[in-house]
Amino acid sequence: MALLTKKDANLILDPLADNNPITIQVLGICSALAITAELKASIVMAISVMFVLGLGNVVISLMRNIIPSKIRIIVQLVVVATLVIIVDQVLKAFAYELSKTLSVFVGLIITNCIIMGRFEAFALANGPWRSFLDGIGNSLGYGVILVIVGFFRELLGSGTLFGIPVLGNPIEKTGLYATGYENNGFMIIPPAALIVVGIIIWVQRSRNKALIEDN
Amino acid sequence: MSDKRLTFKKRLHILKHHYRDKKMAPAFNAFHTFLFAPDETTHSGSHVRAADDLKRTMNTVIMALVPVLLFSMFNAGYQHFSAINGFPENFSLWNDFLTWENFWVGITTVLPLVIVSYGVGLIVEFIFAVIKGHEVEEGYLVTGMLVPLIVPIDTPLWMLAVAVVFGVVIGKEVFGGTGMNILNPALTIRAFLFFAYPTWMSGDKVWVHEAVDLAGGPDAISGETILGFLAQGHEYSYSISDMFFGFIPGSVGETSTFLILLGGLFLIFSKIASWRIMLSAVIGSLVMGLAFNGVVDQGWITETSKFYGLMSFDYWKHLLVGGLAFGIVYMATDPVTGAQTNRGKWIYGFFIGFMSVMIRVFNPAYPEGVFLAILLMNVFAPTIDHYVIRGNIKRRMKRLKNATILPKDSEGAAKELKAETI
Repeated sequence: MALLTKKDANLILDPLADNNPITIQVLGICSALAITAELKASIVMAISVMFVLGLGNVVISLMRNIIPSKIRIIVQLVVVATLVIIVDQVLKAFAYELSKTLSVFVGLIITNCIIMGRFEAFALANGPWRSFLDGIGNSLGYGVILVIVGFFRELLGSGTLFGIPVLGNPIEKTGLYATGYENNGFMIIPPAALIVVGIIIWVQRSRNKALIEDN
Repeated sequence: MSDKRLTFKKRLHILKHHYRDKKMAPAFNAFHTFLFAPDETTHSGSHVRAADDLKRTMNTVIMALVPVLLFSMFNAGYQHFSAINGFPENFSLWNDFLTWENFWVGITTVLPLVIVSYGVGLIVEFIFAVIKGHEVEEGYLVTGMLVPLIVPIDTPLWMLAVAVVFGVVIGKEVFGGTGMNILNPALTIRAFLFFAYPTWMSGDKVWVHEAVDLAGGPDAISGETILGFLAQGHEYSYSISDMFFGFIPGSVGETSTFLILLGGLFLIFSKIASWRIMLSAVIGSLVMGLAFNGVVDQGWITETSKFYGLMSFDYWKHLLVGGLAFGIVYMATDPVTGAQTNRGKWIYGFFIGFMSVMIRVFNPAYPEGVFLAILLMNVFAPTIDHYVIRGNIKRRMKRLKNATILPKDSEGAAKELKAETI
């Protein structure tokens, strides 16, 4: 990592595993449950959040010394809302079907706790470059979980990946379906995402005992 | 002493001490204590001398399930042949029902379900016991018997295996194993199957052996359940005694209200299951059924409504059809997931019956809601207990305050009282 100092690199690497926004901080769960039934939607959602959080962190960081602390939440909201509307309009213009699938959840990025959380916790106290890295790192951590959940839910629930059938045709009974296999309808509905996220948390904590809180 | 004079039991004890602290010890001990009582006694603290440890409790429930299982095997064949050849004109128990032909169909369909359920479930249990290093818990003995009885007869075995793994791991082991689970594992398995593979869990083809395979062909047979007929507003042709004795299509073991009733009485008199839960659940379902009948009698719901079929169904017949009786006797009374306090049991049971009938009537897509109602009340059981205990403390505190002779140190006494009631 010649490009980044070790401290900067940790800004990106930490949220990927040991300080993951979803599995450790348990933020942004709502969208993780709602839109992960398809892998494509998960990835678009992850990219949208990366755009909003990376850029938003930079903007907030640049303005951090002139924002009066009493109205900082409103200022943050304006910044997020602007960026989210840009994402929403771009999706509507260039990927209309996908924006239908994501429906309100693009708009709801505004209320994603990860974003306001990073603004408050990091961008208000750090320079633009470090804030940018922090934004990218956290949205990557968010995206990784989304992709893992989306992968399993689409594969087991619909038998497809990116909409391409990988297990055979369920109607004509080819591939794996010829053996009597059937898609798992449970994986399509949001509660399944909760359980998959739970299993990821379980695996992560049993691999790294330091993450287990004592109570 | 030479080895030859050792009994089998003693040899097992010696082996047990030999393998102590080894990784596989829990797996060995599970088989060992299944056959014999352990040779250990507690060395300190209080001793409880009782014959009914967890393993005996579980075995008693299984004994109560055996008649249901045997009946379900005969019924599997009876429904299968009746769907093909038509129901016999003059039904005779010995000639039409208790035949080898029927039993053989049961052996080939129900027995594999039982074997897969036990095999997969116990493998999961053993793996977790070895990883965690604790003893294999007995909880799965009953779950493994309940699961095959609450699924449709032609459930593919791999689906059952997947569901059992899910139910045991997510429903039980993640919470810490037997005694720590919030949800009834057997019902978790049933719920998983229902939401994952709905085409295999509902409709008019899944309740009779081979109906799915024959569908669409010239020999197509159908075996709609009574609730299914009612949900579609059709007439059904089963008599009340058919319903009571269980000669109707349905999940493997849920049909015979008569044998379930006997099993329930056996569990009540052996003090394994709570009569409060059973009775209050029956009352709850009757109240809800009466309310629906009342709505129909008032003329608020007419025959054009899609709810008419189920709403006008006589309130007491709800207990005879579907899985209500089975759920009340064997599932709602699970001591781990049910309410613990006596008053809590009344509330818990009442709402199970109440919600079951309500879901049944209001969900035409799937006219059976017993498992959902029990799972829902499983979640609420700790809350119910909490408020029952709080209410009890409040009442006793009030009594203490109103008592004419107060103890001198009333603060201390109140504390003591609190400790005692909790």
